[in-house]
Amino acid sequence: MHIHNTEIIDTFAEAFKMWASRVIITAATPQWAMNAAQSMTGFATSIIGCKCEAGIEAELSPDQTLDGRPGVSVLFFTVKAEDMGKRLLERVGQCVLTCPTTACFNGLDVEQTVIVGGQLRFFGDGYQISKVLAGRRFWRIPVMEGEFLVDERFGVQPAIGGGNILILGRDMPTTLQATEAAVAAMRTVPGVILPFPGGVVRSGSKTRSRYKGLFASTNDAYCPTLRGIAPETQVPPEAGCVLEIVIDGLDLPAVEEATRRGILAAAENGGALQISAGNYGGTLGQYQIKLHEVLNSNQ
Amino acid sequence: MSITLTLQTTSTVPLEAEVISPDRLAGLNHAEIAALPVQHGNQKAALGDFFRVTGSSNGEIRLEGDLSRVKLVGAGMSHGRMVIAGNVGMHVGAGMRGGEIVVEGDAGDWAGAEMSGGRLLVKGNAGHLVGSAYRGGTVGMQGGEIIVQGNAGNEVGAAMRRGLIAVGGNSGDFTGVNMLAGTIVVLGELGWRSGAGMKRGSIISMHPAEILPTFTFACTYQPTFLPIFLRRLRDQGLPISEAHLKGYYRRWSGDSVELNRGEILLLETISN
Repeated sequence: MHIHNTEIIDTFAEAFKMWASRVIITAATPQWAMNAAQSMTGFATSIIGCKCEAGIEAELSPDQTLDGRPGVSVLFFTVKAEDMGKRLLERVGQCVLTCPTTACFNGLDVEQTVIVGGQLRFFGDGYQISKVLAGRRFWRIPVMEGEFLVDERFGVQPAIGGGNILILGRDMPTTLQATEAAVAAMRTVPGVILPFPGGVVRSGSKTRSRYKGLFASTNDAYCPTLRGIAPETQVPPEAGCVLEIVIDGLDLPAVEEATRRGILAAAENGGALQISAGNYGGTLGQYQIKLHEVLNSNQ
Repeated sequence: MSITLTLQTTSTVPLEAEVISPDRLAGLNHAEIAALPVQHGNQKAALGDFFRVTGSSNGEIRLEGDLSRVKLVGAGMSHGRMVIAGNVGMHVGAGMRGGEIVVEGDAGDWAGAEMSGGRLLVKGNAGHLVGSAYRGGTVGMQGGEIIVQGNAGNEVGAAMRRGLIAVGGNSGDFTGVNMLAGTIVVLGELGWRSGAGMKRGSIISMHPAEILPTFTFACTYQPTFLPIFLRRLRDQGLPISEAHLKGYYRRWSGDSVELNRGEILLLETISN
């Protein structure tokens, strides 16, 4: 299949079951909400080394938030539901509680929850105040600037991680431009984050290594410099750069839609020779996002 | 169509009719409803002696007529909805655990006393002791919401432990007396000695008030939690303004004769 001059490889992205939470950060200004969100989602690119994956889902206007202030929506992903409470406790405690004027709310109305504010409240050293409204408990924790308000519980729901596309281009500048166009298009999809820096990862990995103790290593099949020596190279002779966009989403349709928009935007940009996807032959992931099917079903 | 109970006779003697509740009327036909027992003064009587029963059940009960002398309507109810198209007597919704009662007129004393869940909306004025503990009791309201769009009498939320009481007009003396926790919002003026003996909890008013000397001024600030509560009250028909939502509040801590973990928040200024 070709879109404009870009070949869409007939393959699939292999994605995995994960667990997700949505955290809504509000603050006196959009900038302070963003400061907290950026801090909170730092060092959360890959579950392999960061214990969670996280990213900014959207900026929110005052009429979209519980307290009527500007906000930012952040999505978190973990492998196990029980891990989510630990990750949120760490990151809300270190990155949002500490940030001037912020408040922090649950953004998923689901049955399963983890305790966050109910643990953070102990920072209040006995001066914390509980407030219950319509069955929802908040904690007011006194801080030097005033009070930090946080939901006692945050929802956690089944989700999908590891969706991806690979963009192969002639050289770094054109490939980067096409990838940036894809990222911008994918970020318009609600319920999706792209956890790597700027939404892009250059160091895609495979799930094995020749070195004992390492369970991931460079994806040699897509390293242009190894085209002549990597036995399973997928890099065509005319390609000099490959970039990957990893997609985590609250559900499969969201990931598929982000995939579709990303492919179309990259192809439209003109900088992509090929668009492919990473997989493990269908042996590891619970979901297969087939590029041609995604494009055909939504066009 | 809801089941409608229309008051046929008026009496100066109070009628105790706690049987008027979705819990008691569920599944009953008109004759069975009319046969339910009520207390008329010191006499036992039947509900049908006073009310005409019409309509069919859709989970809602509608009461018509002047029920100012009818007590305990909806007391202890756990689900469903009741609409009282006029005034109602004392103890409406007392001890209710769920569901919703809408009083389109005024309510007597003890409205929502010791309730633990559900929602009681009084579109007119309410008497004394809204959401309070009964005499001899140690704990008042333990959950749910009471919204009085008009004025409320003395001892609103006395000994309340949880939940939300909102008064659109003024509240009487001793608002939040002996409060254990929970939230009272008064858009009008607070009566004297509000918060006396409170351990925890929040009393919020949009007007200046005389604060007991056992309270300590803390600071003027914007409580982050308050707009969430106020926006909900605005959604339920109370006249919450932008000044209420975005204003600064003077925080007083008290009551120091007790645990001293309560607060009174007074809106500093209202811009017209």
